[in-house]
Amino acid sequence: MASLNHYLILSGVIFTIGVAGVFLRRNLITILLSIEVMLNAVNLSFIAFGHFQGSADGQIIVFFVITVAAAEAAVGLALVISLFRHVETLNPDAFRQLRG
Amino acid sequence: MESSLAFFYVFAAVAVVSTLLVIAQPNPIYSVLLLITSFMALAGLYVLLDAPFVAVTQIIVYAGAIMVLFLFVVMLLNVAQEETVSEAEAASAGASSGAARGFGALLAIAMALELIWALNRSRGIGTAASVAGVTRQSWSVADIGRTLFTNYAFAFEATSVLILVAMIGSITLAGRHLAEKKPWRR
Amino acid sequence: MPSATLIAQLGILGFVFFMLLNSAAVMVYVERKVAAKIQQRMGPTLVGPYGMLQPLADIIKLVMKEDLRPKAADAILFAAAPMIAATAAFSAFAVVPFGASTTFWGLLPEPIPLQIADINVAVLFVFAITSMGVYGIVLAGWSSNSKYSLLGALRSSAQMISYELSYGMALASVLLLAGSLSLRDIVNAQAGTWLGFIPRWFVFLQPVSFFIFMTAGVAETNRAPFDFPEAEQELVAGYHTEYSSMSFAMFFMAEYINMVTVSAVATDLFLGGWHGPFLPESLGWIWFLLKVSAILFFYVWMRWTLPRYRYDQLMKFGWKVLLPIAVANMLLTAAGVLYFGV
Repeated sequence: MASLNHYLILSGVIFTIGVAGVFLRRNLITILLSIEVMLNAVNLSFIAFGHFQGSADGQIIVFFVITVAAAEAAVGLALVISLFRHVETLNPDAFRQLRG
Repeated sequence: MESSLAFFYVFAAVAVVSTLLVIAQPNPIYSVLLLITSFMALAGLYVLLDAPFVAVTQIIVYAGAIMVLFLFVVMLLNVAQEETVSEAEAASAGASSGAARGFGALLAIAMALELIWALNRSRGIGTAASVAGVTRQSWSVADIGRTLFTNYAFAFEATSVLILVAMIGSITLAGRHLAEKKPWRR
Repeated sequence: MPSATLIAQLGILGFVFFMLLNSAAVMVYVERKVAAKIQQRMGPTLVGPYGMLQPLADIIKLVMKEDLRPKAADAILFAAAPMIAATAAFSAFAVVPFGASTTFWGLLPEPIPLQIADINVAVLFVFAITSMGVYGIVLAGWSSNSKYSLLGALRSSAQMISYELSYGMALASVLLLAGSLSLRDIVNAQAGTWLGFIPRWFVFLQPVSFFIFMTAGVAETNRAPFDFPEAEQELVAGYHTEYSSMSFAMFFMAEYINMVTVSAVATDLFLGGWHGPFLPESLGWIWFLLKVSAILFFYVWMRWTLPRYRYDQLMKFGWKVLLPIAVANMLLTAAGVLYFGV
C-alpha cells in the first residue's frame, strides 16, 4: 500500500517538471501546457491528503480546480490566438513592447 | 511487492516519463498527446486513492475537452516546431534569453532541492502508523454531491459564474469582429 | 493454481472481445442486406449461402491490400490514430452488463455477473471513453496532411463534442430515476412489471430522454443522417480518405463497435437490459441480444431511409434544439422525482 509520502513525492516531482517547463520552453502553448501540469500535480496531492485523512473535501476541491483550470485554459488559448494574429509567432520573446 | 504498490509505480512512472517528454520534446502536438497520457496515468492514481468519480471527471473534462481545445488551437496555428524569432528584437534579446533560461533552470533545481528537504523533514507523516486511527472510506457519488451542494454551494455557484465569464471572454478575444463580416452574408 | 472465478472472468473478457469483433462483421452483412431490401434489390448473394460469407470476403480483400501512407504524413500519428479509435470503441464495452449473475449451471462456487467490470461510476466511464474516441478522428485528419481529411476530421470532431452534451443530459435524466451510476443497478431498477404486463422500462417513464439519447448516439457515431463529415459526395471520404487496408478496416470496425456500444448502453438504460417475460433470469442475455439487435436494425434502417443533414443544419440542431430539450427534460425529471418520489 503506497503511503502518503509516495504520493507527495510524485506530486512534487510532477510540479517541478511543470515549473521547469514554464521557465525553459519558448513556445506559448507549451507554457500553457506546463501550467496544466502544475495544476494536475496539485490535484494529486489534494486527493492524496483527502484519502489519508478520511474526508471527501479533497475530491471536492479537485472538482473546483479542474473547473477553474478549464476556464483558464480557454481564456489563455483565446489570448494566444489573438496574439498570434498580430505577430505570426508563438515565441514569448517576441512580445516585448511593455518591457521597460 | 503487493499489487496496489506495483500499480502505483507503474502509473507513477508513466506520469513522470510522459510529463518529462511534454516539456522536453519540440513538437507541440506530441506535447498535447503526451499530456493526455499523463492525465490517464493520474486518473489511474486517483482510482488507487479511492476517488473513481474524480478520475472519470478528469478524463471527461481535462483529457476529453480541455486537451481537445488545445489540440484544435495547435492545429489552427500550425506552428510545427519551436521557432526562433527572426526579427531584430531577437538579436538583441539573444543574450537575455539565454540568461533567462539559465535563471529558469536554476529556479527549477532550487525548487527540487527544497522539495527534497521538506519531504525529508516530514518523514514520519502519512505512514501507516500515524494515520491508523483515521477511518478511510470510499466516498460514493451521492455523498460527494451532497457535500458539494450543501457545504460548498457558494463556491459551486461562483464557479458557474466564472465559467460563464470565461466563455464570454474567450469568444470576445478570439472571435472575429462583426465589422469584418463579408458583404454577401446577411 | 488460478481459481475458477478468475478463469471465468478471463473467459468473459475473451468472449466479449470475440463477440464485438464478430458483431462488426455481422453488421457489415446486415447493413448491405437491409440496404438492398430497402432499395428493392438483392444485395450480396454469391459468397456462401444467402451471401453470408460476404464479410469474410471483405476482410480478406482488405488484408491483402497494400498499406499506403502519404509521404508527408506524420508516421507515428498516422499509425496511431486508427489504433486509438479502435481501442476507445472496444474499451467502452468493459462496463456494460449483458446478463444477470450466473454460476454457469453450478460450475462456479459463487455467481459472477455477466460483465467485465462492475464499477460504481459505469455511466460516466462510458461517457469518458467515448470522448476519447474523438482523438482517433482528429489525429487521423491531421496526420494525413490532406485538406479533405483535415476538414472532415475537424467537422466530425466538432460534431461529436457538440452532441456529447445532450448525450450526457439524457444519461443524467435516467440517473435521477435509478439513483445510481452503476449500469447493473440501473438495469435491476427496471425489473418487474406494472399491471402485470407492462415492463418497468425507463423508456416508458422517459420517452424524451430515449429520443435524445438515440439522436445524440447516432450523431456521436457519425452515422446517417448525421454523417456529413464522412459523406462520399461531399468530402471524398472525410478523415479516412488517405487510409487503406487494415488501418481503414480498423476505422470501419471502430464505427460499427461504437454503434454496438451505444445500442448496448441504450438497452441497459432504457429498455430494461436483460429482463424479459418468458425466459428465466439466467437466460436473460438472449433478451439483451434481441433488444440490441432491434436497435441496430433501427440504426441501419435510418441510414438508408433518411437524407443527410447539411453540416450547419446538423450543428444548429445539436446546439439550438437538442440541448435545450435535454436540459428542460432533465429539469422536469428532477421536479417529477422530487414531487412523486422514486
